[in-house]
Amino acid sequence: MTEGEPLVRWDWVAGHLDEIAQRLLEHVELAAIAVGVGFVIAFGLALLIVRRPRLESPITFVTGTLYTIPSLALFVLLIPYTGLSVLTAEIGLVSYTLLILIRNIVGGIRGVPADVLEAATGMGYTPRQRLWRVEMPLALAVIIAGVRVATISTIGLVTVTALIGQGGFGYFILIGIQRFFSTELIVGAVCSVMLAIGADGLLVLLQHRLTPWTRPA
Amino acid sequence: MPAERGATVEFRDVTKRYVDQIAVDGLSLTVPAGKICILVGPSGSGKTTSLKMVNRLIEPTSGAILIDGHDVLKEEPTQLRRRIGYVIQQVGLFPHQTIDENVATVPRLLGWTKQRIDARVTELFSLVGLDPGRYARRYPAQLSGGERQRAGVARALAAEPPVMLMDEPFGAVDPIVRERLQSELLRIQRDQGTTVLFVTHDIDEAIRLGDRVAVMRGGKLVQYAPPGELLAHPADDFVAQFVGSDRGLKRLGLLTVGGADLDATVDRASVDRNAPVLAPSTTLRDALVRLLASESQIGVVVGGDRYLGVLTLATIGKMIRSDS
Ligand SMILES: Nc1ncnc2c1ncn2[C@@H]1O[C@H](COP(=O)(O)OP(=O)(O)OP(=O)(O)O)[C@@H](O)[C@H]1O
Ligand SMILES: [Mg+2]
Repeated sequence: MTEGEPLVRWDWVAGHLDEIAQRLLEHVELAAIAVGVGFVIAFGLALLIVRRPRLESPITFVTGTLYTIPSLALFVLLIPYTGLSVLTAEIGLVSYTLLILIRNIVGGIRGVPADVLEAATGMGYTPRQRLWRVEMPLALAVIIAGVRVATISTIGLVTVTALIGQGGFGYFILIGIQRFFSTELIVGAVCSVMLAIGADGLLVLLQHRLTPWTRPA
Repeated sequence: MPAERGATVEFRDVTKRYVDQIAVDGLSLTVPAGKICILVGPSGSGKTTSLKMVNRLIEPTSGAILIDGHDVLKEEPTQLRRRIGYVIQQVGLFPHQTIDENVATVPRLLGWTKQRIDARVTELFSLVGLDPGRYARRYPAQLSGGERQRAGVARALAAEPPVMLMDEPFGAVDPIVRERLQSELLRIQRDQGTTVLFVTHDIDEAIRLGDRVAVMRGGKLVQYAPPGELLAHPADDFVAQFVGSDRGLKRLGLLTVGGADLDATVDRASVDRNAPVLAPSTTLRDALVRLLASESQIGVVVGGDRYLGVLTLATIGKMIRSDS
């Protein structure tokens, strides 16, 4: 940072709107793919756990261990195998979503009241019908709560992937640090935070839409 | 609708054994088509287990359960369950579905057309005394306990099942609402001719609703008899205690003045003018209270406009001692 320079140079911002938009797209894409793929994997593993509770400990152990690896280290460790690629970024990002998503999907399904399950079976739902028509809808609020946390943390983590040539808004942060240029650094951070808040808001709306029975009349 | 839609339910030497205990022990009983059988007994006596073996939520260890002569164990469980109405104490309405969707559950599983489902749902709402305009689009959380139990009964009745299993369905409501629900159940049951197996802790409910009452203890059937007989001739001390020391009084609640041995030789003019006037349909229990409250301790029985005779405390006493 040079002396006498303002914290944010608005002329720089005005001159880089195109690039900001492009980074936004990149950021959204990285995060969306990570949460999407993470959700699919977590969903499968969660169903497995619900059906075979014995698998819960090993699966939790593996995803929990993944979660504890520092993100920077994980990305760097992957470089020898997958290079400075989107794939490297996504493998890391997906890994971090699993723990929270699995926990919430399993918790949501297990939280369905026993009397409701008994009534469903007693009236002649097949196990599959019961899962999709009763357990899933009732687990939805908890599942979406998990997706919210995973989304927020993923959007934050995406910035770290700037180090391996990806990064969305993380690119501004990285460049800002390298050039001691506070404007870029702040633009990158603030945009990332705003994106996270926006995405969270959308998910709250989605949950509201999908679970009308949880609203007071 | 005629009463021929119900099915006979027969337990043949049914036993359910868990590792450390026997929940149901050699249960044999037959519920005739279109009748209400009430299962009573202390907590843990095997009532719920017996009920759930009918729709195969629990599989018996040995023995057979037959519905209209067909062994339930030979049927596909989900198909079987769609033909058996099921109501549990906690009701178990689906919180994420509106009441009309809840009620339509089994018809939807059976693949009825939309028109047929809509018509049936509307019919069911009035059957259980819920206003469809007010309640159809609500979620279960927006109903009172009694309304939820009605909705649960409507849901169980939706596909006109020949057999209904009800596990303490009116447990969670106040006595007044419970009595109303009981009357409605009796009306619907007679109307539809459904065979009902009904679990309760409440001996008064059992006497009121049951065509027959099965008393269970420790997984065994202790007595299976119509309410009147249960009160008149409890099989052993346990049953006597279970039906209550006031069983004589309870039994009078089942008998009517018209069924008593009235003395018609007494001239009506000779009876005290203040003596209570009783109708033949009055229960002996109510009659007893009125006799005791009157000074003459004698009642004048009048059916329509006709004098039928007098009822005395001695006659009532004779009814308590009598057999049938
Ligand atoms: N899954 C199970 N494993 C072991 N024992 C069981 C199981 N389910 C029920 N039991 C036992 O079987 C017995 C009968 O249970 P059941 O639920 O049929 O009783 P109940 O007559 O319905 O009692 P309540 O009036 O309290 O509802 C009880 O002693 C209970 O502890
Ligand atoms: Mg029970």
